[in-house]
Amino acid sequence: MSKGKLALYWAASCGGCEIAVLGIDEHILDVAKAFDIVFWPCATDGKVRDVEKMPDGSIDLCLFNGGIRTSEQEYMAQLMRRKSKVLVAFGSCAHEGCIPGLANLYNRKAIFDTVYKEGSTTFPENPQDHRPQPITDVPEGKLSLPLFYDTLKTLDQTVEVDYYLPGCPPEAKNIWAALVAVLEGKLPPKGSVIGLHTTVCDECPRKRSEKKIKKFYRTWEIIPDEENCLLEQGLVCCGIATRAGCGALCPQVNSPCIGCHGPNDGVEDYGARLMSALASVIDSQDPEEIQRIIAEGIPDPVGTFYRFSLAASYLRRSKAFGGDGAAAAQPTPLAAKA
Amino acid sequence: MENFEPKIVGFLCNWCSYRAADLAGSARIKYPPNVRVIRVMCSGRVDPAFVLKAFSMGADGVMVAGCHPGECHYIEQNYKAMRRFYMLKQTLVAMGLEPQRFELVWASAAEGQQLAEAIERMTDNVRRLGPLRWAENWADDPQREEALQHIVKEHEEALEVIS
Amino acid sequence: MAERVGIYVCHCGSNIAGMIDVEEVARWAGQSIKDVVVSRDYKFMCSSLGQKLIEDDIREQGLTRVVVAACSPHLHEKTFRRACQNAGLNQYLCQMTNIREHVSWVSTDRQKATEKAKALVAAAAERVKHQRPLEQGFVKVNPATLVIGGGIAGLQATLELADAGYPVYLVEREPSIGGHMAQFDKTFPTLDCSACILTPKMSEVGQHENVKMFTYAEVEEVSGSVGCFKVKIRQKARHVIFEKCTGCGICVEKCPRKVVDNVFEAGMGYRKAIYTPFPQAVPRTPVIDTANCTWFTRGKCQVCSKVCPTQAIDYDQKDEIIQIEVGNIIVATGWKLFDCTRIPQYGYGRLANVFTNMEFERMCNAAGPTGGKIVLRDGKTEPRRIAIIHCVGSRDVRHNQYCSAVCCMAALKFGHLVLEKTKAEVYSFYIDMRTPMKDYEEFYQRLLEEGMHFVRGKVAEVTDAARLPDEQGSLIVQVEDTLLGTQRRIPVDMVVLMAALEPQADAKELGLKLGISCSMAGWYTERHPKLDPVATMTDGVFVAGACQGPKDIPASVAQGAAAAARVAGMITAGKVTIEPIIASIDEQKCSGCRICNNLCPYNAIEYDEEKGVSRVVAAMCKGCGTCVSACPANAITGAHFSNEQIAAELEGILWDAIADGRPASAAPDGSKAPQSTPVGAA
Repeated sequence: MSKGKLALYWAASCGGCEIAVLGIDEHILDVAKAFDIVFWPCATDGKVRDVEKMPDGSIDLCLFNGGIRTSEQEYMAQLMRRKSKVLVAFGSCAHEGCIPGLANLYNRKAIFDTVYKEGSTTFPENPQDHRPQPITDVPEGKLSLPLFYDTLKTLDQTVEVDYYLPGCPPEAKNIWAALVAVLEGKLPPKGSVIGLHTTVCDECPRKRSEKKIKKFYRTWEIIPDEENCLLEQGLVCCGIATRAGCGALCPQVNSPCIGCHGPNDGVEDYGARLMSALASVIDSQDPEEIQRIIAEGIPDPVGTFYRFSLAASYLRRSKAFGGDGAAAAQPTPLAAKA
Repeated sequence: MENFEPKIVGFLCNWCSYRAADLAGSARIKYPPNVRVIRVMCSGRVDPAFVLKAFSMGADGVMVAGCHPGECHYIEQNYKAMRRFYMLKQTLVAMGLEPQRFELVWASAAEGQQLAEAIERMTDNVRRLGPLRWAENWADDPQREEALQHIVKEHEEALEVIS
Repeated sequence: MAERVGIYVCHCGSNIAGMIDVEEVARWAGQSIKDVVVSRDYKFMCSSLGQKLIEDDIREQGLTRVVVAACSPHLHEKTFRRACQNAGLNQYLCQMTNIREHVSWVSTDRQKATEKAKALVAAAAERVKHQRPLEQGFVKVNPATLVIGGGIAGLQATLELADAGYPVYLVEREPSIGGHMAQFDKTFPTLDCSACILTPKMSEVGQHENVKMFTYAEVEEVSGSVGCFKVKIRQKARHVIFEKCTGCGICVEKCPRKVVDNVFEAGMGYRKAIYTPFPQAVPRTPVIDTANCTWFTRGKCQVCSKVCPTQAIDYDQKDEIIQIEVGNIIVATGWKLFDCTRIPQYGYGRLANVFTNMEFERMCNAAGPTGGKIVLRDGKTEPRRIAIIHCVGSRDVRHNQYCSAVCCMAALKFGHLVLEKTKAEVYSFYIDMRTPMKDYEEFYQRLLEEGMHFVRGKVAEVTDAARLPDEQGSLIVQVEDTLLGTQRRIPVDMVVLMAALEPQADAKELGLKLGISCSMAGWYTERHPKLDPVATMTDGVFVAGACQGPKDIPASVAQGAAAAARVAGMITAGKVTIEPIIASIDEQKCSGCRICNNLCPYNAIEYDEEKGVSRVVAAMCKGCGTCVSACPANAITGAHFSNEQIAAELEGILWDAIADGRPASAAPDGSKAPQSTPVGAA
């Protein structure tokens, strides 16, 4: 059997996914045996132009991590899509935007204000308020920078995606399982998320009973007991709504699930599931008390319910900072907001 | 903005508020045509996802209506609707939505008049706020096309130089 | 395969067509909505010709889905579903949308009304494509019935069913059946002796071959649903072996321990530590009151055991859990008396000669503690003046807003008994006289003639602090006589407080076990206050008597019989239809997080500990859909109101917003999201 061709690429993400690939340990040797790694800027020397010269569809598998923040990332997403038979949104950023997607609570101007103006590390060095420009004229010609988009998009909002490998970062065993599936040609239906088809509670060893919540605690407020369901103890554990497959790692070390695996099959808005479930079990019928329980226990609702999935949610971004056009004529600077 | 007619989606429970709307009709009470009704068995069926989807698809407002607290046809499910409403509203406001665009209304089957008034009030409020057009929020950057073309051009030039 | 949708827009004469351009709506729908193969408007869709239109199109055009835009589905959904069914299309594949009550009748602008109608038609059309054929299910009805409460309502229900030949389990908390009625002397307005009309019914129940009675027992747990409830009954330990006891009563006679009887005698008399509540008790088997029995409290005595000729005493007897299966349940748990000490200005508990109505009932009763003599608390002095105060704890915003319904008539009855038995003057202090039932007003007239005094006004205070010489040694009733418009102080020897009827203290608790709700005041809620007064929102559970609201004996008996008739109807039908609009859980997706477990007010969701998943009991689900929208794992589906159906409805209802030049879809999933145009493709 001839070797398959494998590519990995990295867009708007932290880089953790690249390292996670190494988490498959000695299996990496099997990967090297089975695949020619034709493009992996993080680990091997390869150039974009090499990829551009490959025939379309000549890469068997591309693991693409990171969301789409800039024009260059969009170009690369399109390029990798064109060149690959199977394109996998690898990790939470490509899958649903992840932490970089939370920047959708602001817009380009607000982000640049923070980075180039109000930010404590840059401010003294940028008295003229220089901002990155897509094109800069220099005596030698034009210098270009990618365009920084207003809204971070997920990979599938940019190009067609074949499979999703969830997680921040994906678990080594799931990565390996995905690679094996490609090798053996045992691929699930297109569009599938590779993982289990239930939520984290299924893998969580804690004791669960009927839920009634009088108060939500933040993680620093209590030390939960190790036996019982964290949610029943008042911690916002996202395991109820989060796809299983991680082995319930966080709850097992006494820390609530924060939802990096995204939603279960058929769910289009992760936060909605979490909001609805948590609200349903609040133990009060008094409007004022309910509002108090929510306001005190969940002071940052978007960060709690959409920590990983804002960019993939129905609403995708905040309205307070709209598009960079007329709507966002006068955005409040980040610093003032914080 | 003069001619702006808000589009509001109303989720009405089968037993009280939908019947209140029926009653308003039978009593020929006039109210603005802006609320379009989706019937659900109980306000407790209203999934936050429906509300979010409605806004993302262009609704300017969403109304959820159910039986009065303590009078739920299903004993107490409207309390669950109420809890979700507050939870969702807090999130929507944090996402920059004006609170008047998302309302919870209690209307018994006898309260056609009250429901009509609530619809009128909400329509006025939303009309004053103007169109929501949430999806425009993530419209493509005007310079996007140009920026992408530029990358293509640059790469082509680079390839020429090499070959 | 694409669906074939038929759309029918009704004119309803000019009711719809007068405000909506129905032709335009039908034309537009036919052209613009995907998969629509027929789109018509018609004068009256609900007429037989209108229905035939649909039926013919289903047959000839092969329609697979039908939308009728007409009036409220509450009026004609059944009509059009039947039409579909007639033509061989599953009835749940028909969707109605309401363009009359919700559009034409409430609108003033023809163009806007037409636009709204289009949106509603689009919504229904998009939705109907996602609808699935559903079939109604059936559950066999177990012919046995559980009656909870052995008062007059429960007894009536029991006898009706037992006489009809159906088995009945009757559970009564007290050692004997009979309820409050057994405590009364006479009943208004006929003045029948209460015991004379009640005790035959009691013994009939006690001896009926179709009745299995559990007295001194309570309902512990209820599971299952209409047709097949499983009920656990706690048979409290009597310490008397039921099967051995002949009811000779010698143990009661010889028992040396006397105890104040706060239940049956309302604290006016005594009973023994081993007792039957009253002589005609059914069953005759006594119980040992372990809190007072000398053997249980001090380890001495055992007299009862020694004298029992059949060795029926068993000090080691334990509570027993008995499991039964029934098809229906009738709840007839009755009421409890308002605690008069909650109104301290009336002096109950502080002033010796202030009595409650229940105490006075016992006093009037020939078998009661005073042998039927009306005397003061000292047990011998006959009162010369008696005040009867109405509405104690009823019609009072501080306590109970409702009217207790029986007190006016009971007060008149007391008045009559006093006038009959003593030479005393009787005063009735009332807010309003309420005598609405058959022969009640006549009874009031009779008392007016018999010389009972009536003072209209709510009593402010009952006091023993005399101000005038002739008030010395009396209780003074301070009242504003609203007919005379003056303050009055009326000295009396005895005061009878007509205390309110209140829900049983544990009504809510039992309601939770049965999945039935209580009103704000605490009475069980009937399915419909006018048209379905004995059914509840839980199928197979019925209410009868005062547990549903204060009522007198005739009304309680009527309800007991009504509930029995409803149950008999269910048993005769043999099976119950289960609405298919219910929730179901995909066990594959369910993670057993248990969020849904306590969301269901009907206890229709059970948790399978072994498999770690939750499950919906189809027969108990009412289809509200609350659990569907709460499930964080997307494991619960609501039939006929699924996420896909409602999402499609949304897409239809907002078709013009979407078409308004706004992005075509906001769905985040790749298939529907607007794709960026690939640029630079070589």
